Amino acid sequence: MAVVTYREALNQALREEMERDPNVFIVGEEVGYYQGAYKVTQGLLDQFGEWRVRDTPIAEEVIAGIGIGAALVGLRPIAEMMTFNFSLLALDQIVNNAAKIRYMSGGQFKVPVVFRGPGGAAHQLGAQHSQSLESYYAYVPGLKVVLPATPKDAKGLLKSAIRDDDPVVFIESEVLYGTRGEVPEGEYTIPLGQAEVKRPGKDVTLIAHSKTVLLALQVAESLAAEGIEAEVVDPRTLRPLDSDLLLESVRKTHRCVIVEEGWPFCGIGAQIATTLYSEAFDTLDAPIERVTSADVPMPYAKPLEAAVVPDTKRVRAAIDKVLYRQ
Amino acid sequence: MASNVVMPKLSDTMESGVILKWVKKEGDAVEAGDILAEVSTDKADMEMEAYVSGVLRKILIPEGKTAKVGEVLAIIGEEGEEISAPLAIAPPAEPPQARKEPAKAPQGAAGARKEVVESPQQEAEVGPIKASPLARKIAAEKGIDLSRIQGSGPGGRIIEKDLEGALAAKPAAKAPPAVAQVPAGPGEYREEDMSLMRKTIARRMTESKTTVPHFYLAMEIDMEAAVHIRKSLNDLHPEAKVSFNDLIVRAVALALRKHPRVNASFRGEKIRWNEAIDVGVAVALEDGLITPIIRRCDTKNLTEIATEMQSLAEKARRKRLRPEEYQGGTFTISNLGMYGVENFSAIINPPEGAVLAVGAILQKPAVWEGEVVARHRMKVTLSCDHRVVDGASGALFLQELKKLLENPVSLLL
Repeated sequence: MAVVTYREALNQALREEMERDPNVFIVGEEVGYYQGAYKVTQGLLDQFGEWRVRDTPIAEEVIAGIGIGAALVGLRPIAEMMTFNFSLLALDQIVNNAAKIRYMSGGQFKVPVVFRGPGGAAHQLGAQHSQSLESYYAYVPGLKVVLPATPKDAKGLLKSAIRDDDPVVFIESEVLYGTRGEVPEGEYTIPLGQAEVKRPGKDVTLIAHSKTVLLALQVAESLAAEGIEAEVVDPRTLRPLDSDLLLESVRKTHRCVIVEEGWPFCGIGAQIATTLYSEAFDTLDAPIERVTSADVPMPYAKPLEAAVVPDTKRVRAAIDKVLYRQ
Repeated sequence: MASNVVMPKLSDTMESGVILKWVKKEGDAVEAGDILAEVSTDKADMEMEAYVSGVLRKILIPEGKTAKVGEVLAIIGEEGEEISAPLAIAPPAEPPQARKEPAKAPQGAAGARKEVVESPQQEAEVGPIKASPLARKIAAEKGIDLSRIQGSGPGGRIIEKDLEGALAAKPAAKAPPAVAQVPAGPGEYREEDMSLMRKTIARRMTESKTTVPHFYLAMEIDMEAAVHIRKSLNDLHPEAKVSFNDLIVRAVALALRKHPRVNASFRGEKIRWNEAIDVGVAVALEDGLITPIIRRCDTKNLTEIATEMQSLAEKARRKRLRPEEYQGGTFTISNLGMYGVENFSAIINPPEGAVLAVGAILQKPAVWEGEVVARHRMKVTLSCDHRVVDGASGALFLQELKKLLENPVSLLL
């Protein structure tokens, strides 16, 4: 297997899908001549031309609207949000049109559009540019929400998102773009709605998505030296959620910590926890613990930012709590 | 809001603790982090901190009394705050049934702890049982009465681990209740409550001897060279005070490095190969023993081992060892040589895979280079957990140990 960056894996997925299906096209800010704000669309303009790689003005509502309209007439658009912070301007298009049209037309129309781009905190981007908004989208029936953590998942899931007949919100991460990992040779896809055990264990389940998967794996590794085997499970798709695999893990370990970079109130972890409580209550030996960002706008100052986002110390403290370790 | 102060779990094996002294009195203001009380555990005397700030409103467990881990010891709240609700939830200080029959031994010997505890009169006030869902499910399936289980989780919550004892005892539950034995004959005796350390030793040694398949390998080692080298060392560096035990610790560490199987532990489905060589040395105390650990023993030279051992032994005798100083060793040495014991076999300290029993260094006739001469000789016995160590691997370790002690120059490297 080749080792490539998360960025390259996404680029491969876009290129392969555009080669496979002439209906696939990309629209967004700086996707063409600038080669992508984060170089995810590198080289695509040269290969596919302006007609299929469209630069737009700074107008997210328009980008989303073009994507939805094109999807309605049979194309498979990929609408890039430079970051998901800016997708708030397109919220009406995504929530009121993309997510509703199939339902409101009684299934006469489908909306196979992908909204993709990075989300979450990076390094000192301030309160408005550091948000994890996946719970906004996962809240809406009619949308699918995907957050890959590894290059392999990024490629396989993006290909499935492009081929899916429903609107998919596909949230990447600026911090993950440069990370490397093995990606299978040749054609493959990863179905939406399938979680994966990233590291098997028996003592405690760590549920994490996007870059907190890497954090969870790091903590699991250090715990192994202390004789604690943590199982790291990545839902990969938050909606639809693969609750079966999460339940299977928690029924095995009896203890669970959910890690996410979003805020605690109405966060993804709250939803996952309620699912686990209602389906696996009798198997729990401790209340589920959540590790989230602090319930504040992201500070710009470096030490404060570091204090807000989940880190190994807080994940370990949560694990100690569910394991009743001193 | 008023909150309970519960008996903390201060070591892995701690099940209960004795309040030696309340540092704060009822009515004292308390800051989180303040020392509330001194607690005697099975291993050491330790200080107990407050986790919340407020006023120490009520002390439920007086000085000198025992409380199980998780049991409510006191209540911290605001001045004038209503604390009857937390008081009602607090379990009785001692299970009443356990105290119905105070030990009424014939009052023979003086100085015995004649501790006849008056039953606390609050037994009816027990609140709903706190237990994790998993613990409830297991209890329902196995027919365990949760009201008889002491929880070790926050606020006394019963968790899965707390049921282990009841589950283990379950098969025996159908046996007829033991009849109280009336002592026969005129023999006088006195009885006293076991100390926490005694109880821990009793429990752990019984567990080891009944569940770990022990076998024993004995070997006699010529200590003539070791006697000389120790004398030379101490003559040249009297401050180092290298003991025979230090030489043995060093030799054991080097032998373990060469034979890691003897440093391994049995872990259910797995064998754990311990990377670190952390050697515990049994230190006798007035009422029991403890094994402080010399960490990464193979990386330390003789003087380092000697200095560390002296400081650990001193702390052990003063019951001032911290848990990390006596927990999690990978091998144990028990040396009764100073008492003149020639040889004995020791019980393995689980989850370790082996323990070395060291006898006295005695001058006796030995065949040396074809002649019968007086030599310093020492007998050692290795007890091995057969699930991890086999006869041959234990023997190779002893061979290495013998080689090192008989050629002790290699211990100076």
